[in-house]
Amino acid sequence: MSDIAPEQSERRRLVSDFALEENEFFAGMEPLHLERIDALATRQHFGAGMMIFREGESANSWWIIEHGDVALQVRPHGRDARVLQTLHQGDVLGWSWLFPPYQWAFDATTITSTDTLAFDAIALRSAVDADVALSADLMRRFARIVIDRLQATRLQLLDVYGDRG
Amino acid sequence: MAIAADAGTVGAMVPTLVEVVDVRQDLPDTVSFDLQMPEPFEFEPGQFTMLYAPGIGEAPISISGDPANHDVITHTVRAVGKVSQALCRLRPGDRVGVRGPYGVPWPVRVAEGGDVVLMAGGIGLAPLRPVLYHLLHHRGRYESVVLLYGARSPIDLLYNQELRAWRSRYDCEVEVTVDHGGADWHGPVGVVTKLLGRAPFDGPATTAMVCGPEIMMRFSARDLIKQEVASDRVYMSMERNMQCGVGWCGHCQFGPKILCRDGPVLPYPAIEELLTVNEI
Repeated sequence: MSDIAPEQSERRRLVSDFALEENEFFAGMEPLHLERIDALATRQHFGAGMMIFREGESANSWWIIEHGDVALQVRPHGRDARVLQTLHQGDVLGWSWLFPPYQWAFDATTITSTDTLAFDAIALRSAVDADVALSADLMRRFARIVIDRLQATRLQLLDVYGDRG
Repeated sequence: MAIAADAGTVGAMVPTLVEVVDVRQDLPDTVSFDLQMPEPFEFEPGQFTMLYAPGIGEAPISISGDPANHDVITHTVRAVGKVSQALCRLRPGDRVGVRGPYGVPWPVRVAEGGDVVLMAGGIGLAPLRPVLYHLLHHRGRYESVVLLYGARSPIDLLYNQELRAWRSRYDCEVEVTVDHGGADWHGPVGVVTKLLGRAPFDGPATTAMVCGPEIMMRFSARDLIKQEVASDRVYMSMERNMQCGVGWCGHCQFGPKILCRDGPVLPYPAIEELLTVNEI
């Protein structure tokens, strides 16, 4: 008989399978690191139009979108929310959990019914603090996402579509 | 019929006057109009004509209509200069001068047998629309057909009704994104390159055709290559100050290329280095 509880076993298989076969974020990650992150993952479902997190709230989780669409929004005072970017299948949602003050900078709301893998960021912060190699690995992976989104945001700011005659 | 397209004759510079038979206001600053050709007119997707607004001047405008229609040709023009503003004021019954078609077309035959990804930004969808018509007319010759289109906002989406019709088809994949979405927009928000990761195509078997602002095309090429599309299978349509349309005057020189003659469609490796040279 396995010494891993059935739900833990299912959880472990779930994330590892997804990571290895589907998600670029985990590509090439050390099996040991995968296991540690895997142990902090659960599935989380959000109906369409649900708020996943709100600006200013504590950032205690992060997510990988398995299916669905999520809008990152800013809410100007007294005006309708403005969508800054949308995230979709395979995208990572949330990196404010990595750095103090561990608060969300924007709102995240589902556009469609959304299935995610949710990761316990508080536990992962502790794990990262205790394991330099895991910390470096995760930081490198998140840095890549941050750079990609920064470059995309810069392109958006250029308003390039106004230029072509 | 190709109107005065032979660069070896004086006639290459003489436009034929044709009648405008329909005008559609696509966007507040963008108009499509149909020209009734006096003789059957053949063109390849990606080619352009020199359009003459009588008394104002000439401008190179990509043909944006269906290449299977040899009687009526369509152009889509955005009002950014004197000539294009005049063209945007055309009404049915008006006449314009036409020379062409000119230029190197999109490689629709090279792409046969593989996947095709079209990436358009803003009004860059206009020169790619004939490609999509061609691909759909000859759907059996291609594997996946993907159109990825980015615009500034939902109200800036060109050919909105056709986009909806293409999206409803089962034999092509159409994804649209905007830089700024309003409360009524439920689609993706972000740059057009972000759509690549979700698009159904096999990089090594793909031919990509990209049209839009140069900076958008540069980043699109970079990300297509990341998706394993061969760099010489990435094609762009370049835009410069074309005046003669037949390679005589040199106004549209882009490094060693004369774009009206050697382009406007060029493989990415032929222009990759030039794209980051400010002086060109």
